[in-house]
Amino acid sequence: MFQLSPQGKEKVLAELKRYESRQSAVLPALYIAQAENKGYISPEVIKELSRVMELPEANINEVCTFYTMYNKEPIGNHHVQVCRTLSCMLNGAKELSEHICSQLGTHLGQKTKDGKFTVTEVECLGSCGTAPMMQIGDKYYENLTHESAMNIIRSLK
Amino acid sequence: MSEVKYLTEFYHLPEFKGLEGYKKNGGYVQLAKALKMQPQAIIDEVKASGLRGRGGAGFPTGMKWGFLPKNDEPRYLLCNADEGEPGTFKDRMMMEKAPHQLVEGMIISAFAINCKKSYIYVRGEYDDSINALEAAIQEAYKAGYLGKNILGSGFDHDMDVYRGAGAYICGEETGMISSLEGLKGQPKLKPPFPAVQGYLKKPTIVNNVETLAAVKYIMRDGAAGYRKYGTEKSAGSKLFSLSGNVNKPGNYEVPLGYPLKDMINGLGGGIKNGRKLKAVIPGGSSAPVLTAEEALNANLDYENLAAAGTMLGSGAIIVIDDSKCMVECLANLTHFYHHESCGQCTPCREGTGWADKIVHSILSGKGRLQDIELLVKVADNMKGRTICALSDAAALPIISFVTKFRDEFEYFVREGKSKVKGTAYKGHAYAATASH
Ligand SMILES: Cc1cc2nc3c(=O)[nH]c(=O)nc-3n(C[C@H](O)[C@H](O)[C@H](O)COP(=O)(O)O)c2cc1C
Ligand code: SF4
Ligand code: FES
Repeated sequence: MFQLSPQGKEKVLAELKRYESRQSAVLPALYIAQAENKGYISPEVIKELSRVMELPEANINEVCTFYTMYNKEPIGNHHVQVCRTLSCMLNGAKELSEHICSQLGTHLGQKTKDGKFTVTEVECLGSCGTAPMMQIGDKYYENLTHESAMNIIRSLK
Repeated sequence: MSEVKYLTEFYHLPEFKGLEGYKKNGGYVQLAKALKMQPQAIIDEVKASGLRGRGGAGFPTGMKWGFLPKNDEPRYLLCNADEGEPGTFKDRMMMEKAPHQLVEGMIISAFAINCKKSYIYVRGEYDDSINALEAAIQEAYKAGYLGKNILGSGFDHDMDVYRGAGAYICGEETGMISSLEGLKGQPKLKPPFPAVQGYLKKPTIVNNVETLAAVKYIMRDGAAGYRKYGTEKSAGSKLFSLSGNVNKPGNYEVPLGYPLKDMINGLGGGIKNGRKLKAVIPGGSSAPVLTAEEALNANLDYENLAAAGTMLGSGAIIVIDDSKCMVECLANLTHFYHHESCGQCTPCREGTGWADKIVHSILSGKGRLQDIELLVKVADNMKGRTICALSDAAALPIISFVTKFRDEFEYFVREGKSKVKGTAYKGHAYAATASH
């Protein structure tokens, strides 16, 4: 069973008061819970949020499934998101994500065997002038080459 | 012609990000001035300035504000910082380098439309923007620019940031309102327009980051001063995000009406690796593509690009060189729109799916000649029949790519490989992918 930490719970309760409507707190609450559940939202997480927020599970679940930044399945410790959209593609994004996958011995969307990485391709991250680029966690890495991308990835613990 | 530094005058100064540095360079002077004016006089000034929305549709800002009901009903100002249109990265720079510029523009706008609460809806991935804005808002509260009785004027205003969670459709104004309400980001049928019925069914003005930041400069220079740059119908300067196969990609501020040729070959330093220009998407991925010849004759303003059969959109210029395969480029975009369709309307949900399948079938070397016609037909059926404009935004690139670069599509079908690259496509990026 998943339970929010006392601090997490406090944060969720604060979000409920922050906006003009309680339902508006669902998106921020999902972020808070995701951070406390190894980076993904399980059915248990939805149950817990529903209890704490006093909102129906269905309301929270449908929001969770609509947005791409909530992971619905366990992911590696580091989520490597390579932008695949046009400006990045024109600058070699496809070759880059293939290179990263082959170097890590994995496929898109699949955790590496050691559980450290999941590589996915995502749509335009608003960094098209510094293509190709990737996001890992909250951070953007721009103007990548195959070498620089792998150096960044290998330096992550 | 050269760049101008109007909105971006102080962007090279790291100190411009914080309140001290912002104030040293003229910050919050215009707010003090505005608070002594009649709100209607501000709206009139914005109308006279000719400012048009910088988010994509180019709707006149003052006119939009004029649609608000004339009573005292609570209303909201919602800043659109979702910036999801492929190729666009100007709002991110504005928020990271000059968060107070946006905050000041928003307080002035809020005062003009008698609004006590505003939100900035920022796409979830923009961590640095969110941190910069939250810090700026906190500083503004401390300094008395936000909160109760701002600068002794009797005007109260609260501002907050809302973090999106990864969905292009939340950039559409009614999708954004749904998302801000804590729901799926699904657009709603218009009318009623948000200015009449928006967030929590209250009147809501939705404006882009760059639009709201510009309001401060209209206060400073007046409508006539603001019109120093630009054309009669496209007033002012605008930030353009230049990307793709150019030597110097980046954000450039130029007067509206600036030649696209100078943007690519001048500011952009020309085409990378000594290649030749093949095509340009001038206004974000939803804008119809231009051939090299069309692009070199176009100017960056609303009326000129409309006359060229395309649009200024969000100001994202994507440059494609002659080593790139147009079938592959289109496949990249159909994948995007299929992935981002929210699925409410049948023509959009089914159309984006079919289009993506057909283009990918051509790309894998298995296309048939009739697929090219079918593709255009599918796109035609997606136009003008849906709740929001995403469906049209997906259809326009399809039609323009197929019409203007038909030879590449026909070659691919006939020969089973790309005219430019000499191969068909396999590999993981072209495997069928799921969408929501
Ligand atoms: C599919 C779709 C996506 C959009 N994405 C954005 C966006 O990311 N940012 C934005 O400012 N406007 C976007 N818009 C336009 C908004 O609906 C709205 O017109 C705009 O925010 C109004 O602000 P403005 O008048 O200042 O341009 C989008 C529209 C559509 C149909
Ligand atoms: S046009 Fe497409 S994105 Fe817009 S509401 Fe309809 S299904 Fe959703
Ligand atoms: S296309 Fe990759 S960041 Fe925009």
